[in-house]
Amino acid sequence: MDAFRVLEPGPFTTVQDSGRYGYQQFGIPVSGALDKLAYLAANMLVGNQRNEAVLEITFIGPRLEVLSDTIVAITGADVPVFVNDRPQAMWAAFAVHRGDVISIRSARKGVRAYFAVMGGLDVQEIMGSRSTYTSGKIGGLEGRPLAKGDTLRRGPAGALNRMVFVPENFKPRFDTDIALRAIPGPQDDFFDTGLGVFFGSEFTVTSKADRMGYRLEGPKIEFKENAPQSIISEPSVSGAIQVPPDGQPIIVLAEQTVGGYAKIATVISPDLDVLAQAKPGDRVRFVPVDLTEAHTIYRSYRSRLDRLKECLRS
Amino acid sequence: MAGLFEKAVLRLMGDRGLLVEYGDSISPDINVKVRTMAMVIADENPDGVVEVIPTYRSLLIVYDPLVTDIMTLEEALQSMEIRLDQLEIPPPSTVEIPVLYGGDNGPDIEFVADAHNMTAEDVIRIHSGAEYQVYMIGFTPGFPYLGGLPEELHTPRLESPRSLVLAGSVGIANNQTGIYPVDSPGGWRLIGRTPLKLFNPLKENPFLYRAGDMIKFVRISEQEYHRILSEGNA
Repeated sequence: MDAFRVLEPGPFTTVQDSGRYGYQQFGIPVSGALDKLAYLAANMLVGNQRNEAVLEITFIGPRLEVLSDTIVAITGADVPVFVNDRPQAMWAAFAVHRGDVISIRSARKGVRAYFAVMGGLDVQEIMGSRSTYTSGKIGGLEGRPLAKGDTLRRGPAGALNRMVFVPENFKPRFDTDIALRAIPGPQDDFFDTGLGVFFGSEFTVTSKADRMGYRLEGPKIEFKENAPQSIISEPSVSGAIQVPPDGQPIIVLAEQTVGGYAKIATVISPDLDVLAQAKPGDRVRFVPVDLTEAHTIYRSYRSRLDRLKECLRS
Repeated sequence: MAGLFEKAVLRLMGDRGLLVEYGDSISPDINVKVRTMAMVIADENPDGVVEVIPTYRSLLIVYDPLVTDIMTLEEALQSMEIRLDQLEIPPPSTVEIPVLYGGDNGPDIEFVADAHNMTAEDVIRIHSGAEYQVYMIGFTPGFPYLGGLPEELHTPRLESPRSLVLAGSVGIANNQTGIYPVDSPGGWRLIGRTPLKLFNPLKENPFLYRAGDMIKFVRISEQEYHRILSEGNA
């Protein structure tokens, strides 16, 4: 069913779901929403029980004309939301009616906001996912960001038995000084003093930060003597921290399957939600953790998601 | 077998990735081992394995830490290794890729010819005369990293990459040759173009080849190029 007409698309708004799995061996990255908790919350708020497709908004949101009555919710980065000229709270479901105009303005804090509609955005599923992968031109709307004049469709609506909201403690904190926990490796043995510089310094997020990766700027991370400056291309994951020969780290995100730069460490997956809201100018520190600690953190992250689901089960 | 490790080296890639290295160079032996193990893991499908990604000399196991752990995976890998000798690996398929060489579709063919004191005809004969192994796929959907480019054709990349290389373009970069499956920027020397669609996301099998397959380039005429193109790769 036709749900929205795009009056203004925003600079980079894409359709995303939980990601496309099983095709990395063919060069298809996982893609999907970068802030998993905010994505999940948006879906749960409107009663979507599965991993439905939502809009991932970058910095500035779209203006959407509502084509049929429905229920929506917006989570993630702190963005002013208006329905016609009436301000609307984030992190809560609300009804919109045919003819309404939803405006999502510039983020005051954070980067990525999520817009979910009851029933989920209905775009063709490509290789098991609706996520947009712009470099591969697949998923979402013909593999591209939203454009003016697009019509967004939604799936069959479920039921919302009660209105729910997200408790404060589940919302992002938007710190501008960010600590990311990371497991050293797989190529930590390419560095000696460089490892100390990496874990002991502050890095700044540059403007070269997108869904493919975040480039950081800081003290040069030197390779140890005689260490190769690159590797034979190997797989990569979200959170992998590459060190190119210039010594400035790049954190790989959801749109890369292989790479030839040495990886000094890998950000643990629960901290990727925090990274998704980091903006140019924010400062990043890396804190080393071992695998046992990392898995304890992972289990507690997953039970946090389960508690959120419990709160939002309508 | 040069470079093949006696025992696989395991490395951590974050809280969900286990990197398994079988050697430290680009060689057919190491790559066969990687792909065989990837096949066996896919076949055994151990609990908690989300995805397996084979590359030149290593494979990555992406796992769910709520379901499995490194020790369990390591034991599973060891027991698979023991059975490896008894396994019959299916022979690689050979995939023929028709190519229209030169002209607008291969604007760098004269450069490659001049660089080696040969004619464009020689470049075509040598390039289409060899068979190439798909070592791995990555960079863009379906982009094959091919081994086996005859040394006479090794040619450096463009000094400055093109902002747009059309899908289907066949190029050379140093000791590698490859095909661009989707429009993308690129710095390889372009010598021709295939009318085949290498990546069709709407098909049940979206790719024409997988890692381990052999690729053979077959020279076609402009007429054949347009005929294949108009048949839409049905």
